Amino acid sequence: MTVGHIPIYKIVIQRYPPSMARSTDTRDLFPGALEIMILQSLRHKPMHGYALVKHIKQVSNDLLQVEEGSLYPALQRMLREGLLESKEGVSAKGRPTRIYRVTNAGIRHLEKELSSFGKMFDGITRVLAFNEA
Amino acid sequence: MNPLRRLFGRTRRYTDIDISIEEHIQERADELEAEGMPRSQAEQTARREFGNVALLQQRSREQWQWPALESVVADLRFTLRRLRKSPGFALTVLLTLAIGIGANTAVFSVIDAVLLKPLPYPASNQLVSLWLNAPGAGGLANFSSGLQLSPSMYFTFSRHNQSFQSMGIWTWSNSNITGLAQPEEVPTALISGGILETLDVPPVLGRWFSAADQDPHGGKTAILGYGYWRRRFGSDPSVIGRTIQVDSQAREIVGVMPRGFRMVDRDVDLLLPLAFDTQKLGMAPFGYDGIARLKPGVTLQQADADVSRLLGVWMDSWSNGPSTNPHYYEKWRITPAFRSLKQLVIGNVSSVLWVVMATVGMVMLIACTNVANLLLVRAESRQQELSIRAALGAGRARIARELLLESLLLGLLGGVLGIAIAYSALRLLLAIGPANMPRATEIALDWRSLCFTFLLSLIAGLLFGSIPAWKYSRSRASLTTAGASRTSSLGRDRQRSRDILVIAQVAMALVLLVSAVLMIRTFAALSHVDPGFIPDHLQTFRISIPESLVKDPLLAARSHNEIADKIASIPGVSSVSYASALPLESFDPNWDLIFVEGKSYQRQEPPLQMFNYVAPGYFNAIGSRILAGRDYTWNDIYAIRNKVIVSENFARENWGSAQAAVGKHIRQFEKNPWSEIIGVVRDVHQHGADENSPAIIYWPVYLNTPYLPTPAPDAVRSVRYAIRTDRAGTQNLINQVQQAVWSVNGNLPVASVETMQEIYSKSMARTSFTLTMLAIAGVMALLLGIIGIYGVIAYAVAQRTREIGIRLALGAQRSKLKWMFVRSALALTVAGIAIGVIAAGVLTQAMRSLLFGISPHDPLTYLAVPLILCAAASIASYLPARRAAGISPTEALRVD
Repeated sequence: MTVGHIPIYKIVIQRYPPSMARSTDTRDLFPGALEIMILQSLRHKPMHGYALVKHIKQVSNDLLQVEEGSLYPALQRMLREGLLESKEGVSAKGRPTRIYRVTNAGIRHLEKELSSFGKMFDGITRVLAFNEA
Repeated sequence: MNPLRRLFGRTRRYTDIDISIEEHIQERADELEAEGMPRSQAEQTARREFGNVALLQQRSREQWQWPALESVVADLRFTLRRLRKSPGFALTVLLTLAIGIGANTAVFSVIDAVLLKPLPYPASNQLVSLWLNAPGAGGLANFSSGLQLSPSMYFTFSRHNQSFQSMGIWTWSNSNITGLAQPEEVPTALISGGILETLDVPPVLGRWFSAADQDPHGGKTAILGYGYWRRRFGSDPSVIGRTIQVDSQAREIVGVMPRGFRMVDRDVDLLLPLAFDTQKLGMAPFGYDGIARLKPGVTLQQADADVSRLLGVWMDSWSNGPSTNPHYYEKWRITPAFRSLKQLVIGNVSSVLWVVMATVGMVMLIACTNVANLLLVRAESRQQELSIRAALGAGRARIARELLLESLLLGLLGGVLGIAIAYSALRLLLAIGPANMPRATEIALDWRSLCFTFLLSLIAGLLFGSIPAWKYSRSRASLTTAGASRTSSLGRDRQRSRDILVIAQVAMALVLLVSAVLMIRTFAALSHVDPGFIPDHLQTFRISIPESLVKDPLLAARSHNEIADKIASIPGVSSVSYASALPLESFDPNWDLIFVEGKSYQRQEPPLQMFNYVAPGYFNAIGSRILAGRDYTWNDIYAIRNKVIVSENFARENWGSAQAAVGKHIRQFEKNPWSEIIGVVRDVHQHGADENSPAIIYWPVYLNTPYLPTPAPDAVRSVRYAIRTDRAGTQNLINQVQQAVWSVNGNLPVASVETMQEIYSKSMARTSFTLTMLAIAGVMALLLGIIGIYGVIAYAVAQRTREIGIRLALGAQRSKLKWMFVRSALALTVAGIAIGVIAAGVLTQAMRSLLFGISPHDPLTYLAVPLILCAAASIASYLPARRAAGISPTEALRVD
């Protein structure tokens, strides 16, 4: 969103304290961002972990990059909360893995989050637009 | 999600996480490999990019966990594993704790049921015992029950008091029930109006006594106890309205009391109304216990003051007959000293129980110090591991937690085992416990006991665990400490805490041993008391001939005489006789005034004396002796010749010697004729070996009673027989006795069959119980103390092996080396003894009431016990010291 230097937004789960963010040229998204990305991606199509990381990376045109490790605690939390479910499956290479898909509760949660995200985004846009005017 | 399912589905979740993550890394590595990276490098890179795999797995799993608990569980499993690896240690500690906790739980259960729990009546804190002090009434107002109430007092107090919701009086009795099966004597409470209202326990069937039931001219009624109803009537609900023969009188059953109902402190099979005839009441007799329920907000002091005022009213409104002075009783100085009913029920057992509780508590403390010592040694051996963990960043709290967790776990496991021990210990306690333990039926291992066990286990765990936890978590102990195992000796600080534990142990063991020895000496002193009769080979039982069965007093007297004759002809019976009360029975037949001929009382009252009523041959049968004069003959008795026998101390007090008393005269009241003293007998410890022999006037069992307006012959109807025979205690003898009794009268039950030896040991039970408990505790304390000293010295020897080696290499003498270790043990012991002697001097004061013939500061005891302890300490330290001296220097220096 700034000119020149293109930052890569690492989507980091909220559990890490800010001091643990790795470097200055990466920036954490707001809390809950990773969750929305995961839910939205899996709503599109059930996937396994690695596919999910690649999907977010590709769709965001490399702008967003999920810190691979942090994906799994987040997935487990969402499983626990009933937003996702997992079942046994195989990867593209035929290795056994677990496929994640969104539950109905997950979809409801996503929609709620999206609407509040939209409002927040709207708000931010207005404030920024006012300043520039 | 359901937490339970979460818990059980967890292993599957963990596998899912591992599989997912592994696949993720492999897929990334595949990709990198496809980009041209060698496989091994690709995998490495994939892992690096992924981050800390183990940590992320852990973080992922934690989503399914409660982290604080999980790490505690992990610690627990670690602890359990460590305990399994040292079964000897675990077993020693657990057994020590289980015995300590078990003993404490058992004693607590008894104390809780007997002393702590409220009595089983509604709002039982309002219940009071109407206790009267009367210092001027001699033996009538005795230590165990004060001055009892008279019926006329009851009427005055209950009509005019302002303090009580209700009050009543009652007394114990036995009733002969006939017509159901064999004639049976059952424990009975005779109660006035107000008693059931005061206790406030509703009947399970029927009703309480009404005012009409208390009318002497009304219908005759009875209430059954639950046990009797179940035993004799098979819990038949139609029993209400039926008639039973009680002491040959028909009575209608009007109610049944519920299970667990007790008349103050005893089970009763039958409740009967006292049904006083107010027209015929005088001021005496003072033979009833009073209880009352206080009005809310009224204190004992207010009630005392209230009834104090009523004593005047009582003397104004009643009389013992014409030409008697009702205000005579002012001389008795009667004052109300009401106390809670619970206090009355508990009686004097509380001092014994608290001493026993203190004793087992102290054993528990000693056990804890031993365990603490073992744990210290154990923590010592983990010093290196703990230091490394601390260096790697384990917090002080984290290490302390783990050490504490271990001790708590040991405590709780010990507690679980302790419950099993408590269960058997409780049965043992009740078996050897004091006879007539109040509220014995309420004693059980209930949830309160279990809570106690749990708390005790926790506290014990914290107690012995906090010392190593505090010490070892504190020494943040840079690695240098861990590497310091090559220093020649142990850190002074560490050794000191174990020394202090040993000193404490010795001090506590000394207190217990001193107490135990004091009890042993008390028991010995009691056993050496000559009771004045021979308790061996003496069979006893009680027979009562109620007026409703045999109206004529002479006939009643002859019936007893005839029974005695029949028993005398049973093979193996060498002598038989009877009296109102045998020695050690818990009641005195009577107390009253005795005037001695020729003595001037100058308007003063002569002192009250204890009376007993005896048949000819009684002194011979119980193994007493006639010191001067002669025994009664049946001719003396039936002819009412006004003869009397007195005890030696009475004779000495009045005439200087037994011989001088024979032929002298005494009388009970001034209106009575003088009675001639025909014999003087040995003093008998009527109330137990630890009480002085009272002066006793032995009247015959058939005599002119002075208690009627015009004296008339009367018989003593309830007597206890004494049969001297080698067959005492055998069922065969009892059957023959029963046949003999029934051949005289088929309606007479043989009651409270006991040998005198049983009665005698029961009277010693309080002492022997305390003795047994203290002796067990003392021996345990001694053993634990020896183990403690042995452990500390043995460990010191092990730790100082290098130092010993160096000393030996430098030419130290082996005997001096041995002495060095024994000396250090003795130093600890002497320090412990010094503290223990002071503590024992203070603590044994609490035992004063349990001791007999010995001071709580008996010098011999205080000399002997420290010597025993020193000897024990020398032996305990000599064994490891010898091992130290046997070390070869070359080997010692090779250690590590």
